[in-house]
Amino acid sequence: MRYRSLAAALFLLAGTAGISHAADTTGVQVTGGWLRVLPGSLPAGGYVTFDNTTDRALTIVGAESPDYAEAMIHRSSTEGGMGRMEMMDSVALPPKGKLTFAPGGYHVMLMQAKHPVKPGEKVTVAFKLSDGGTIPATLIARPANASGPTD
Amino acid sequence: MKSSTCRRFVLALIALLAMAALSACQREPQPEWRLTDVSGHLPDLDFKLTDDNGKRVTGADYKGKVVLMYFGYTHCPDVCPLTLTQLHVVLDRLGAPADKVRILFVSVDPKRDTPAVMHDYVNAFDKRAVGLVGSDGDVEALAKRYRSAFTREPDRADGNYEVSHSSAIYLFDAEGKARLLATPSASQDDIVHDLHLLTSLETRP
Repeated sequence: MRYRSLAAALFLLAGTAGISHAADTTGVQVTGGWLRVLPGSLPAGGYVTFDNTTDRALTIVGAESPDYAEAMIHRSSTEGGMGRMEMMDSVALPPKGKLTFAPGGYHVMLMQAKHPVKPGEKVTVAFKLSDGGTIPATLIARPANASGPTD
Repeated sequence: MKSSTCRRFVLALIALLAMAALSACQREPQPEWRLTDVSGHLPDLDFKLTDDNGKRVTGADYKGKVVLMYFGYTHCPDVCPLTLTQLHVVLDRLGAPADKVRILFVSVDPKRDTPAVMHDYVNAFDKRAVGLVGSDGDVEALAKRYRSAFTREPDRADGNYEVSHSSAIYLFDAEGKARLLATPSASQDDIVHDLHLLTSLETRP
C-alpha cells in the first residue's frame, strides 16, 4: 500500500513536471486533507483546504485519484430543509484566497476504490485546474464517524 | 368555640393541601427545550419496516427508548455521514443516558439499501443506530406521516444516482410521542441538553 501511494505520488509528480508550462501550482498550499471511509464499496467524501498564495485567480474543474476509478466535485446543501447534492463543473479559488472543502459543503466524491482503503492510509487526489495545471493533495483516510483529519 | 377551632383547623388543612397541590403543579416537568418543540403537532412513532438484522419491526418495538429518527441513504457520502457522526458524538457526550436512546436511520433508497448494507453502514457510526428499510410504499407512508419528502434525482452517466431528502432529525420520547425537531446544523450542545431532558422524563407504566 505504501509503495502504491509512493508510486502514485511519483506518477503525479511526473505528471506535474510534464506540464510545467501550465500553471505553477506551487503557490497553492493544501492542508487538512482527509476522507471519510464508508463500509463496502460506498463512495467516500474527501475534504481539504486550499490556500492560494498567488495573485492569480484559479479554477478547480475536476479531480482524479489513482486510488479510485472516479472522482467528482460536489456541493451538498440543506437549504429549505432538503439535503441535496449537486455536481460542480468549476469552483473558484480566488487570488490570495482560501477555499475549504468540508462536510456539508464542497467535497470530492471518490467512487469505486481500486483497492480497499482503510483508516490511517493515505490517498492521493489531483485537483485539475482550468488552465491545465493540477494541485496534488494527500488525504488521510478516517473512520466513518470521524469529524475531521485528527479528531 | 370548640366548633370554631375545628373549622379553623379544617380551613388551615385545606389551605395546606391547596399549597401542596400548587407546588406539585410547579414541580410538574415543563422542560425548557432548546430544539423546536413539535409536541402535539406530529403523530406518534409508528411504522412497519425491516431492521438491519432482517427482522420485521414496528414503532412499538422502540417503546421505552428515546428515538432520533433521520431519513437518508447509504450512497450519500457527505450530509448523511455528517449527521450520523453528529448524533454519534452527541450520544457519547450524553454518557450513560444514551443507553436509553436509539438512532433510527430510515433509508429513502430501498433499491440499493438492503438490511446487510444498512447493518454495516449504521454500525460504522454508532452501536445505538438501527438501519430501517422497507418497500417504496412503506417508506413513502412513513415520510408522509412526518411531512418529510425525498426525490430520486436523474441517473448519472454511470448509472448511479442521488436522492434528495428532508434533512430534519425527529425526536420521540420513550412513549413514542413526537416531541422535538432538529436540523443537521443544530448545535451538539442543544441536542445533548434536550436528550438529557427527554431521557429523564418519567414514563407512564
